[in-house]
Amino acid sequence: MALADIIIKFILVIIIFAISLVIAMYSTYAERKFAAFFQDRIGPNRAGPWGILQPLADGGKMFLKEEIIPTNSSGFLFIVGPSLAIMTACIGSAVIPWGQQLVIGTHVIDLQVADINVGILYIFGVVSLGVYGIMIGGWASNNKYSLLGAIRAASQNISYEISMGLSIIALLLVTGTLSLRQIAEQQHGFWANGWFSWNFFKQPLGFLLFIVCAFAETNRSPFDLPECETELVGGYHTEYSSMKLGFYLFAEYINMFISSAVMATLYFGGYNFPFMDLIHSPNLVAIIGVVALFAKIFFFIFFFMWVRWTIPRFRYDQLMDLGWKTLIPLAIANIIITGLWITFIRG
Amino acid sequence: MNTFYFIAFLSVFFAILVISAKNPVHSILYLILTFFTFTVHYILLNAQFLAIVNFIVYMGAILVLFLYTLMLMNLNKESEQPKSNLIKIAAVIGGGCFLVTIVAALRTFGHSEPVILKDPNLGLVKNLGKTLFNEYLLPFEISSVLLLSAMVGAVLLATKDPKTTA
Amino acid sequence: MEPLSNKRKAVDNKPLNLLERSYLPAIVKGLGITMSHFFKKPVTISYPEQKREFSENFRGMHSLKRDENGKERCTACGLCALSCPAEAITMIAAERQPGEENLYREEKYAAVYEINMLRCIFCGLCEEACPKEAIYLDGDIVPSDYLRKDFIYGKDKLVEAPLNQ
Repeated sequence: MALADIIIKFILVIIIFAISLVIAMYSTYAERKFAAFFQDRIGPNRAGPWGILQPLADGGKMFLKEEIIPTNSSGFLFIVGPSLAIMTACIGSAVIPWGQQLVIGTHVIDLQVADINVGILYIFGVVSLGVYGIMIGGWASNNKYSLLGAIRAASQNISYEISMGLSIIALLLVTGTLSLRQIAEQQHGFWANGWFSWNFFKQPLGFLLFIVCAFAETNRSPFDLPECETELVGGYHTEYSSMKLGFYLFAEYINMFISSAVMATLYFGGYNFPFMDLIHSPNLVAIIGVVALFAKIFFFIFFFMWVRWTIPRFRYDQLMDLGWKTLIPLAIANIIITGLWITFIRG
Repeated sequence: MNTFYFIAFLSVFFAILVISAKNPVHSILYLILTFFTFTVHYILLNAQFLAIVNFIVYMGAILVLFLYTLMLMNLNKESEQPKSNLIKIAAVIGGGCFLVTIVAALRTFGHSEPVILKDPNLGLVKNLGKTLFNEYLLPFEISSVLLLSAMVGAVLLATKDPKTTA
Repeated sequence: MEPLSNKRKAVDNKPLNLLERSYLPAIVKGLGITMSHFFKKPVTISYPEQKREFSENFRGMHSLKRDENGKERCTACGLCALSCPAEAITMIAAERQPGEENLYREEKYAAVYEINMLRCIFCGLCEEACPKEAIYLDGDIVPSDYLRKDFIYGKDKLVEAPLNQ
């Protein structure tokens, strides 16, 4: 690898990292604003015009607040928890293809940090690792509410990972590859061979299962039982304060961003958009593609928030019933139907 | 090769920490790190699929459940009962048998022809799948039956009263 | 019995069908309801800039009234303090000196008149008790402050502004 390529990759990593953080920051603002709109209110509007500087004010507050480490907590693990949470949230973005190739002079720039051929599984690995941040933090707090939150998070993540994996298997049967770049390329344009090219139209049930599991994996309402404030004070982050609490909250929003990006890539065509063949400049297509991908991601983030302010929280037994008794059988049925369809109809 | 020795050193180091850690939760956390070094070993062997599956299944699922169980148990130093001599002897014998088995397995492994050496790209998903479902179909299916029977057995053990549930 | 409104609805306990049991239609309906609220005009009143009109019988901050000639009406009779259930009012009476006739209506006046706004419950008994119609709770909401002692309002804050300065 030439030095120029390394520098380009490095810049790409920095840009993606910065974008994730900025989007996470403004997701907090958007969440409060949207919550207000859904409830006929105005929302934060004091910091800057329309409250646009609110995330900076919040960040400043988080950094400057007193940092409390409980006496009876296990000190090192107490710090490891939030660090792990935010780290696993950030590294998920490495395999997502953000756009087609950009050509500048003689350089061809892949808008993707790493195109590994097990891309989806990498995402899964990162997601499954994400629960450690919550578990370690919850246990190290030495508080029963934190511990209950951590335990809930663990069992919830494990349960929903299964149906998420099964719903992905049906998708993999259709695409025949694990690389996110190839999956995105297969969904070129919007219409191909007499049917929509986006995977959503080939796997509607799979998408439904996936999005439900994504809500559970990111601990978002209606599955936000690990931080269920009506029962568990603050859940796993009860004892946290200052920027360590900020990291936990941040990690949740970055996870939301990443899972939106994964959903957009897997099921909604990624950087593809309708009528992209009509544009002949490849760089222009790439740039519009990035914009299209971000539009889809923003829609999904909005959808996450929309659902949060609509559906009340599940009870814990309902959550487990839904995961084990509904989603897993449905996912297996989806695999069988997809398999039959591939064997007998598509050939 | 240097990377290998470094990672191998880390594996052994963390594995020793697993058994020497006083706190069982710390011990599990070291076990997670040990498994992480295993993942790196798989990547070094160009076995990407195995690496990521090790990552997801062992680090992401099984050890989470380990941690989950340990967190639920109240493992204080006071509540730990001293082991009787009989248990200690049994443990030594059991560990010795395990060691003998492993040494024997390693000896036969030395004579066999490792599949990986013939085809360095075997670890990629496509090649691995083809090998697994052609040459090794029977062992693969048998192991899945084994896992299924273990699962059914666990469910059977977990249901307390067969009369009320059956 | 004749129903009072037409909103009565008979409850039916018929089991849900498959589509209803999947909850998806209900969720979509709920999403529709929240979305309809998304575009509604917010009902918020941005308080310090925008104020809502008080109702006619609103009881806010006290004010000590002056008569039509600009003289203080209060004679420090102490009935307000006596009637106050929260014991929020104290006063010290003083005799009017010659030359102060344009300031105080009667020979006796309140040299010090203090209301502890943290104790006051805004019941309005003081204005009912006052024989001279000198105290009314017709002011604004009591503003917030940092120190407890700043909530003890003296005559500087309570007495109405002079008629024509």
